[in-house]
Amino acid sequence: MSAEKKVAAYICKGCGLGDRLDTDALVNVAQKEGKVQLARSHDFLCSAEGIGLIKNDVASEGVTHIMIGACSRRAKTEAFYFPQNAVARANLREGVIWIRPDTEEARETTQEMAEDYIRMGCAEIKAMSAPAGNPNTGSSRALLVVGGGVSGMTAALEASRTGYPVVLVEKSGHLGGWAAKLWKRIPVHEPFKAPADTGVTDLVAQVQADPNIKVYLNATVAKTDGAPGRFEVQIATESGSVASEDIGAIIQATGAEPYDANKLPELGYGKSADVVDQAGLEALARAANGGPMLKPSNGRPVRSVAFVQCAGQRDASGQHLSYCSGYCCNASIKQAMYFKDNNPEIDTTILFTDLRTPGNGEDFYRSAQEKGVVFSKGKVASVSPAGDTLTVNFHDLILDDKEAKLEVDLVVLATGQVPNSGVNIEAQSKPQAEGQEEGGAAEVEAKPISILNLQYRQGPDVPQLKWGFTDSHFICFPYETRRTGIYTVGPVRRPMDLAQAREDATGATLKAIQAIENAHLGRAAHPRSGDLSFPKVRLEGCTQCKRCTVECPFGAIDEDEKRFPMFNESRCRRCGTCMGACPVRVISFENYSVDTVGSQIKAVDIPDEFSEKPRILILACENDAYPALDMAGMKHNEYSAFVRIIPVRCLGSVNTIWITDALNAGYDGVMLMGCKHGENYQCHFVKGSELGRYRLSKIDDTLKNLNLETDRVRDLEVAITDIEHVPAMINQYADRIVEMGMSPFKSF
Amino acid sequence: MSANAQMATKYKNSFLKEVEEQVEMGEWVKMCMQCGVCSGSCPTNFHPGWEHPPQEIFMMIRAGKREEVLTSPSMWMCTSCYNCIVRCPRKLPITHIMHGLANYAHRLGVAPKMQPTRHFAKLFWNNCVHTGRVNELKLSMGLYFKDGFSQGIKNGMAMKDVALGLLKAKRLNPFELFGGHKCKDQNGIHAMLKKARELEEKRKALKAAA
Repeated sequence: MSAEKKVAAYICKGCGLGDRLDTDALVNVAQKEGKVQLARSHDFLCSAEGIGLIKNDVASEGVTHIMIGACSRRAKTEAFYFPQNAVARANLREGVIWIRPDTEEARETTQEMAEDYIRMGCAEIKAMSAPAGNPNTGSSRALLVVGGGVSGMTAALEASRTGYPVVLVEKSGHLGGWAAKLWKRIPVHEPFKAPADTGVTDLVAQVQADPNIKVYLNATVAKTDGAPGRFEVQIATESGSVASEDIGAIIQATGAEPYDANKLPELGYGKSADVVDQAGLEALARAANGGPMLKPSNGRPVRSVAFVQCAGQRDASGQHLSYCSGYCCNASIKQAMYFKDNNPEIDTTILFTDLRTPGNGEDFYRSAQEKGVVFSKGKVASVSPAGDTLTVNFHDLILDDKEAKLEVDLVVLATGQVPNSGVNIEAQSKPQAEGQEEGGAAEVEAKPISILNLQYRQGPDVPQLKWGFTDSHFICFPYETRRTGIYTVGPVRRPMDLAQAREDATGATLKAIQAIENAHLGRAAHPRSGDLSFPKVRLEGCTQCKRCTVECPFGAIDEDEKRFPMFNESRCRRCGTCMGACPVRVISFENYSVDTVGSQIKAVDIPDEFSEKPRILILACENDAYPALDMAGMKHNEYSAFVRIIPVRCLGSVNTIWITDALNAGYDGVMLMGCKHGENYQCHFVKGSELGRYRLSKIDDTLKNLNLETDRVRDLEVAITDIEHVPAMINQYADRIVEMGMSPFKSF
Repeated sequence: MSANAQMATKYKNSFLKEVEEQVEMGEWVKMCMQCGVCSGSCPTNFHPGWEHPPQEIFMMIRAGKREEVLTSPSMWMCTSCYNCIVRCPRKLPITHIMHGLANYAHRLGVAPKMQPTRHFAKLFWNNCVHTGRVNELKLSMGLYFKDGFSQGIKNGMAMKDVALGLLKAKRLNPFELFGGHKCKDQNGIHAMLKKARELEEKRKALKAAA
C-alpha cells in the first residue's frame, strides 16, 4: 500500500446518465467540493475502454482510491473490481435517474440528488482504505464431526470424499445412532410402497473402511478453543485419556431423542408393557426379525394394534411438545406395514388428527391404505389396560363421537423428537421477554451437559432458537448456526427423518468446507462472502463496557486477561454490530466505519429552511432494503427526490451518532430500513436488526432533548420483496415531513 | 336366519371387509383420506334427509358401525351428479359406492322402508321388469298412494287438472291401468335379467374368494 492517498472520481454517461444529468457539473462537484485529485467522465465506464481508463490511472497516475459515479454498487461488480484499491460507488442510475420522472420540472431536484451522491461518494472514499485481509488465518483443513449417527456419518463420508480429513467423535460405543435401532426405514426410492432397509450397516462399514476418517468411540468433546481454520479440540475418551486435534470446521450432528413417553401416563405408558413408543416398536420388530411380533406383556402374537399420532406433540396445553416432529406419521405408516406385511389379518389402526406425510409419503400412505391399514381421524384421550387387552378411548373427529373406543393388543405412541443441543446459553442471560410465548413446561429443559464446550465468551454451545433446536437462518442459510465454522445438521437443527438428515448433512458439509477455505484466505463467510475487511479496534479508547462482546451475534469477540475485547476475525461475519454498539466508536472496518457513513451524512448539501426542499436520510440494510430500492429503480417506481440513501451492512451496525449527527446537520427526517426481527426474523445476521432496533428505541429521548418530533426518525421493516411497497413508504414519509415542517436545526 | 344376520355373522366385527367383498366398488372405501371434498361438493348437502355425507359414511364403515350405515337413508339421497367423483383427490368412485351401499342394504332387507328414493326405485323396477315397459299410470298411482289410501286420493285430486290435460292431449290412456301394453319379447327380458343376476352372483363369489 502506498502511503500516498490519491483519489480519483469517475462519472459515467452511459445508460442515459449523460442525457438526464449534467455530468460536467458532477465532475465539477467532485473536484471543487469532493476535492478529489482527479475527476473524469466517460461515455460508457463499464466498457473495456472505461475500465482501461481507470486501470491506466491506477498504474500511471498513482490513483489509490476510486470513486465511481455510475450504477448501484450491486451492479457491474465484476467490471468495477479493483481489489488493490479502495472503491466507493455513487448510485446515479438505480438511485437517481431511474426513480425520477424525466420531466423538465423534475430536472433540478434530480440533478441535486446526483450531485449529493457524488459528494457523498467522495466523502466516503476518503474515509476508506482497501482491506488487506485478515492475517490471523488458520491452517487446519480437518473437519470435526460430533455424533456418529446417520447425519454424522454422512457428513464424515462426504467430507472425506471431497478430500478433507475427518475426526468423528461418538459418545456411545458404536456408530449408527438411532437409525441403527430401526428395523426398516421409510422408503426413499420408487415406488415408495414398502419399508426399506436402513442401510446403516453399510454406512458404518464405509466409515470404518475410510482411512481419511478417524473415529473416536466412547468419546466426548472436552474443550473447543480457537476459531474457524484453527480450532483446538480436546477429545476425552471413556478411558480417561485426552486427545488433541487441530480442526478447521465443526459439524455438530448430535441428533435427537424421542420425547419421554413416561410423561404420558394417561396414554398408558408405564401402566402396561403393551404400550410402547415408536422406538419400542422398532425393538419389537427387530426381535421378531420378520416373524410375527409378540406382545411384551405375555409373549403372545399381536392381533391388533393402534398407533397414536401426536402423542405428547402439538400440545396446546403447554405440558408437552408444542411442535410437530414431521416424521412420525410416515414412521407409524411404516410400522403399521410391519404388521400387515407379516400378516394381513392383523388389525392396524392409525389414529391421527392431521396426517402429514412429507416427501413421497403420500404414495407410502396410499400403499398402506391398499394394504388395509385403517386410518381414523381422532384425538386419543386415554389408553387403559382392560384385562389382556388395551382400550383406546378417543374422540372420533369425523363422526364427532366423543366416546369412541378401540380394543387392541398393542398401542404405539408417536412421541416425536427432542433435540440434543447441549446447554441453552441464552436461558439464564435472557429474561422472559414480555408477550413472547414460551413453550411452557415443554420448553426443553436446559441440559447441564455441554456438547462442544466452546471456550467462547458467550457460552459453551451454539445458540438455540426455540424448543432446544439450534438457531439457523431458516430461509437463506439453513445450515449456518450463530457460530461461524460450526454447523448443526440433522434433527438437532429441526425435527427430520433419515432422508432429510442425509441431505442436511451433505449440504452442511459443503458449507463447512467453504468455511475452512475462507478461514485460510482470511475472508468472511456468508453473507459477506469473500469480504476481506474485519473489525479493528482502537484499544486506547476502549472503556471495557463489554457491549461488543455481549452483543456480537456470532460470539466472535472474547475478552483478554485485561478484559479488553479480543477479536477472533475468522469467527466474524463482518456485520458491524460491534461497531454500532460501541459507545466510544473505537471499532471500525477499513472500508466501513463510523467515519465512512458519518462523512457521507455531513457531505450532503442541506438547503435552507425556506427552500421547501427537505432532506431525508435513509439508512438501508444492504441485504434486503437496498436491493429492494435498487429493484424499485429497475422497475422505475418513482420516489421522492428529497431522500439520500446510504447502505449499511446491517441495522445492527447503525451507530446512534449517525442519527444525532444527521438531525443536528439539519436533515428533516431519518428512515431506517432493516429486516424483520424476532421469532421469524429475516436478518441475515440473525440478531443484528433486533439489536439495532433495541438501540434505536432509545432515540426518542434524544429527539425529545433536541425538542424534535419523535416522527423525525422512523424505523421500518423492509423485505427484499417490498419493491412496490418501499417507494410508497418513502413518499408517505416525505409527505409526513412536509406536514411536520422543516427541521429547526437548518440554520445552525 | 335372515340374509342380514347371515352376513353379520360371516364377517363378525369387520364391516369394512364385508363392504369390500359384498358392496359394488366397496374395495375403494379404505382409500378415503377423509379430506371431506366429497361432502363439500354434494348438492344435497345440508338437506334434512342427508344424515351422513360420504366422508362420514366411509368413516363409519371403518369404525364398524354396520347397523347405522346399512339402515341409513343417506346413500339413498345421492342424485348421481358425479360432482364428488370429479373432485375426489383419491379418485374414489363415490357415486357408485353410494349406490352399491344402498343396493346392498336393500338386498339384506335393512334399508329404510319408506325412504322415498328407495320406494320409487322399487316401484319403477317392479313396474318395468314385469312387462318390459314402464307403465306410467301405474307408476304415478303407486307413488300417490305411498302414504296410505286417503293421502293417495288427496294427491290424485291435487293433480287432477294435469291429468285431465294429459287426457285431452291423448297423453294418458286410463285403460293402461288394466294390464297395459307390453314389450314384444317379455320372456326374453326375464331371461336376460336372470342371466345378469347369475353373472353378478358369480362375480361376487369370485371377489369374496380372492
